[in-house]
Amino acid sequence: MIHIIDYGAGNLFSVQNALNYLQIENKITANPAELAEADGIILPGVGAFRDAMTMLNESGFTEAIKEQAAAGKPILGICLGMQMLFEKGYEFGETDGLGLIPGKVVLIDGGGLKIPHMGWNDLNVLHDCPLSADIADGDYVYYVHSYRADTDDAYISCYTMYNEKIPGLVYCDNVYGAQFHPEKSGQVGMNILKNFAKLVRT
Amino acid sequence: MLAKRIIPCLDVRDGKVVKGVNFVGIKEVGDPVQCAIDYDRQGADEITFLDITATHEGRSTMIDVVRNTAKNVFVPLTVGGGIRTVDDFRELLRAGADKISVNSAAVRNPQLISEAADKFGSQCVVVAIDARRKAEGGFTVVVNGGRIDMQMDAIEWAKECERRGAGEILLTSMDTDGCKQGFDLELTDAISKVVNIPVIASGGCGNLDHFSEVFEKTGADAALAASLFHFKELTVQQVKEHLRNKNIPVRR
Repeated sequence: MIHIIDYGAGNLFSVQNALNYLQIENKITANPAELAEADGIILPGVGAFRDAMTMLNESGFTEAIKEQAAAGKPILGICLGMQMLFEKGYEFGETDGLGLIPGKVVLIDGGGLKIPHMGWNDLNVLHDCPLSADIADGDYVYYVHSYRADTDDAYISCYTMYNEKIPGLVYCDNVYGAQFHPEKSGQVGMNILKNFAKLVRT
Repeated sequence: MLAKRIIPCLDVRDGKVVKGVNFVGIKEVGDPVQCAIDYDRQGADEITFLDITATHEGRSTMIDVVRNTAKNVFVPLTVGGGIRTVDDFRELLRAGADKISVNSAAVRNPQLISEAADKFGSQCVVVAIDARRKAEGGFTVVVNGGRIDMQMDAIEWAKECERRGAGEILLTSMDTDGCKQGFDLELTDAISKVVNIPVIASGGCGNLDHFSEVFEKTGADAALAASLFHFKELTVQQVKEHLRNKNIPVRR
């Protein structure tokens, strides 16, 4: 059973709709203690880094997520949920993230391109990871964001060019993050969710 | 490279897709959920529902349509038509819409744009602007299907929408809408030059070249069409293939 974390901010229902469509067992969880029973965890998110981290901290999810990550459970952060997996964010000042993947989250330098980076953009595969199994170079995914991860290539599975390199799919051991919205990225996104579910089952 | 988006639009009344035929009345053409699924399969980058229902019952039917679509379609879904309050936004977002488009309510109460952007984020606030050419030059904002001229400069209004937190502009030319002679390139270019948020061109598309033209000659980020796709004159696939041949980046 995959638990989708409800901490008061996020596109939970879209994620749940996608999992239901794929017939992947899931539930929405607002209680951090329940994460102990989860086989896999999805951390969604829309909004600002600082506000969302405050909500995670105050609801007790920060500690619970860190414990489950340390126990080796597959975790997938989506969009802002992916950004919070990193050590620090710089949206409205410096804020500590969950620190599950080395790196920080900084404003995109669009170099004249529109910010937010919004719409369908193509992926380049840098390193294969279990979630990228079905991704080919040039596959399109749907992004909506103004900040990006700044992390070592070692943690980047796929990236997108938007003036600069935007990490799209990141990973570190059992922790995964998608900057784009797999639940809104058509077949490419659905395959990523399916691959995450396989990881949870095996 | 960021892809140019192709967005089919479905007019929905009382839970059914409807379309005016040859300007003589409205004809029901199908189930919106099934139509949205079909467009998704054709490769639509986004789907827009325009609710043209006037009644309260029709409204709740629309919520169900959105909910059922969101369970079956996994590309962004935009809903517009009759949105007046932040609560309308909340209700549709909870039902599974990704973006909400506001038109006359935003013109009459621009504060709605700022409030919705603050509450739900700019990414879900689309301001629909219906514009018409003025005899003396320039473009004016009209509402109620073009019946009321708000005496507002469309370019200034677009800038204000961005300033207030709109995430996107859905720009319809009342001069070209329904004429199938092509998008209003001058209007689309004028607006996309002054804002730094995506502009969706709408109104007037009649053939494949009109799609490539709007991307080649203006800064439009997306193109929206309704009847052309409804009546299967073109499929989204055909449009994308055409754009690809013209070296315009589209999602495959």
